[in-house]
Amino acid sequence: MAFWLELVISLLIVVGGCFVIVGSVGLVKLPDLMSRLHAPTKATTLGVGGALVASMLYFWGIEGKVSIHEVLITAFLFLTAPVTAHFVAKAYLHQHPEKKPELPPTGRPYGWSTYDAPPDSTAGQAGDVEAEKKD
Amino acid sequence: MIGYALTFGFFAVCLALMLNLWRLVQGPTLMDRVLAVDTMMINAIALIILYGIQQQTTLYFEAALLLAMFGFISTVAYCRFVLRGDVIE
Repeated sequence: MAFWLELVISLLIVVGGCFVIVGSVGLVKLPDLMSRLHAPTKATTLGVGGALVASMLYFWGIEGKVSIHEVLITAFLFLTAPVTAHFVAKAYLHQHPEKKPELPPTGRPYGWSTYDAPPDSTAGQAGDVEAEKKD
Repeated sequence: MIGYALTFGFFAVCLALMLNLWRLVQGPTLMDRVLAVDTMMINAIALIILYGIQQQTTLYFEAALLLAMFGFISTVAYCRFVLRGDVIE
C-alpha cells in the first residue's frame, strides 16, 4: 500500500477517535439533556463517519476495489441521527411539562405540538367525506 | 503506522464507551439513559469497523449494519412508547 494512503487512513482513524471522545465527553459534561443531545448526534456521528471512510480506503488499498457497505452504513447513520435526536427531544419535552414557558413562540396560530392539541382539522375532513358521498 | 492509529482508535472508542456507561448509570432523567444507550450503539459500530480493519476482513460489516438499524429502531420505539404509551397503535 502506498505511503500517502496509509497516512490518510491513519489520520482518518485518529480524527474519528478524537471526535468519538469529544461526543462522549460532551454527553457527560454538559448540564442539561437539551444541551447533551448536541454532542452525540453531531460529534459521535462524525467520528463513526471518519472510521468508515478509513475502512473504505483501507479495503480499496489492499483489495483494489471499492466496497459499498461502508457507504451504506454511513448514509444510514447520517440519515437516522437527526431523527433520533428529534424523537429524544420530543419525548423529553413530553415528560417535562414545566419546560413549556421556556420555549419561543411558534409564530403560528397554534402552539407547540408536544404540549398543545393539534389545530382543528375536521373542516377539511368533513369536506372530504362529503366529496366521497357525492361519488 | 495504521497499527498505531488503530491502537489509538480502540483506546478512544473504549474510553467513549466507559463515559457513556457513566451517563447511563448516572443519568438523572429517563431520556438521558435512552440517549446514552443510543450513543453506545453508535460507538459499538465504530469498534466493529476498527476491528474489521485490524483483522483485514470485511466479514463484520453486516454486523455493523445490523447494529445501526437496531439501534435506530429501538431508540425510536422507546421514544414512541414514552410519547404515546404504545409502540404500534
